[in-house]
Amino acid sequence: MSTSAPASTPSSRPGATSTRTAGARVRAPRRAGRRAGSGTAPRRSVVLTLLTGLVLVYSLLPLIWLAINATKTQADLFGSFGLWFSGDFALFTNIADTLTYDGGIFGRWLLNTVLYVVLGAGGATLLAVLGGYALAKFDFPGKRAVFAVVIGAVAVPGTALAVPTFLMFSEVGLTNTPWSVIIPSLISPFGLYLMWVFAVDAIPDELLEAARIDGSGELRTFVRIALPLLGPGTVTVALFTMVATWNNYFLPLIMLKNPDWYPLTLGLDAWNDQASTAGGEAVFDLVITGSLLSIVPLIIAFLLLQRFWQSGLAAGSVKG
Amino acid sequence: MTTSAAPAPVAARPSPRRSRPRRSWTGWAFIGPFMAVFALVFLAPIAYSVYLSLFQDRLIGGNTFVGLDNYVRALTDAQFWSGLGRVSLFLVVQVPVMLFLALLAALAVDSGRLYGRDFFRISIFLPYAVPAVVASLMWGFMYGTRFGLVGNVNDALGVSLPDPLSPDLVLASIGNIVTWEFVGYNMLIFYSALRVVPISLYEAAEIDGAGQLRTITAIKLPAIRGAMVIATIFSIIGSFQLFNEPSILQKLAPNAITSDFTPNLFTYSLAFAGQQHNYAATVAIVMGLITMVVAYTVQLRGMRKGA
Repeated sequence: MSTSAPASTPSSRPGATSTRTAGARVRAPRRAGRRAGSGTAPRRSVVLTLLTGLVLVYSLLPLIWLAINATKTQADLFGSFGLWFSGDFALFTNIADTLTYDGGIFGRWLLNTVLYVVLGAGGATLLAVLGGYALAKFDFPGKRAVFAVVIGAVAVPGTALAVPTFLMFSEVGLTNTPWSVIIPSLISPFGLYLMWVFAVDAIPDELLEAARIDGSGELRTFVRIALPLLGPGTVTVALFTMVATWNNYFLPLIMLKNPDWYPLTLGLDAWNDQASTAGGEAVFDLVITGSLLSIVPLIIAFLLLQRFWQSGLAAGSVKG
Repeated sequence: MTTSAAPAPVAARPSPRRSRPRRSWTGWAFIGPFMAVFALVFLAPIAYSVYLSLFQDRLIGGNTFVGLDNYVRALTDAQFWSGLGRVSLFLVVQVPVMLFLALLAALAVDSGRLYGRDFFRISIFLPYAVPAVVASLMWGFMYGTRFGLVGNVNDALGVSLPDPLSPDLVLASIGNIVTWEFVGYNMLIFYSALRVVPISLYEAAEIDGAGQLRTITAIKLPAIRGAMVIATIFSIIGSFQLFNEPSILQKLAPNAITSDFTPNLFTYSLAFAGQQHNYAATVAIVMGLITMVVAYTVQLRGMRKGA
């Protein structure tokens, strides 16, 4: 369920692209560095670098602000210039405080988030891989209907689904349990689309036929032959569903009342809320340090898995 | 529907020349799990919200069928229209600014004339990995006059900048947060589309003596028209759904962001603060329909010009 702001879950990816080329692009991340605009290598431009540098500064400045201010005590936060260090270097104290505040609830939120990511994004990836394989390599009754319904429903704003989903879940007693967050996360129409596009080219039909002639069952064929070939596409889908689940706010906000089940996003929001509640303790230092801690894993994942998500986006984007 | 037009030809394309198993039910063993969950979390809620929108909980008579009464109420509701007006304004200002910035960055990175191109590409994309909650908190603090950068600048220069969290400016401040989050994502979509332009086209342009600017307008921009349509549609859907950022900033700027600030905030407060589930479902459906109509129109126009 895509409930966050613009395109944060690239849920629908209208298939105006040629499947053939898109699939090929997924498999060829190596080409990333090869071409640069025109045939001959153009001269580098200091002016252009500086101008584009403005966008770079804009993108990085808030993250730098966050990292710097995670090293300050709450008193220094209020009394010092935001973009430079001041007073004691309190980063490690802050991290320790964040992890131990309120009986160590931050750790609990972190574990909840990991739980939602592993089951939600993991499940979404699995369903998308299975479904994409089916769409790419099988002809079955109702295939066109499946396609139309899935692509059509993608355009439905996630929040239009949220209220009725909440009411349905509350009638069967699922709200306020981890399942209320995990089950809606299991569907990634974008993931299904991407896997389908990818599987068309990644798995040669001849290979599947050969396996069938050898008497291999369908499940065995899938696990032994198809799955390894689908690796790169699977990583891309896993990464993007992971971001969507890790960053999810709206869904847990409506489903969960008990802070023990909060993911990090809701927890940080609640801490921030405390300052404006009567009698609440202002813990801005913890909000800032907690924010930093909660984005580090994703940034590391993105940096480590660059070639996968970049080619994945290439597969999803459209040639026109 | 924003997307139903495109997929059909694609779905048809891969099949004919390939030898594949005869039509059988085997495929359902693989697509079945997805469809089962899909029915549960997509189709059932849609059906249920249509059902809800046709009823009303009344003090006398309980749950009553009221036909289209809820829809009439939504369409004559000043709160709904003010929220819709706000996100429409947001849409026509923020989306072009964001996409233009993303386009410039993509062209710059693709031009090969930057020092440290990969560093640029990855750094500008990084904010996409930051949760909307963290982005809103971070910017919200920076906007703040207490320990934010605005306060710092005021102190340092002895000026008093307008408060970004005041009612007049808060929409622009939210626009800045959303722009920050998604410039890099859109840049990467454009960049991916630019990368598949055949080199021969550039060589031909060079032989014809086309300059940089001419290459951009004659080759690059037409080549990424499809990507621009997609990015625009996503941004439209995102704008109409605006919720996370104002919802979080609300705590830092309670006077500037009302409970009907955007249609989604309105739906949320109707459903969970007001317990008006039927009306909330109706507003959500109306918003969904408006979103789909606008997105579909953009797609039709965008694709027609491209064809």
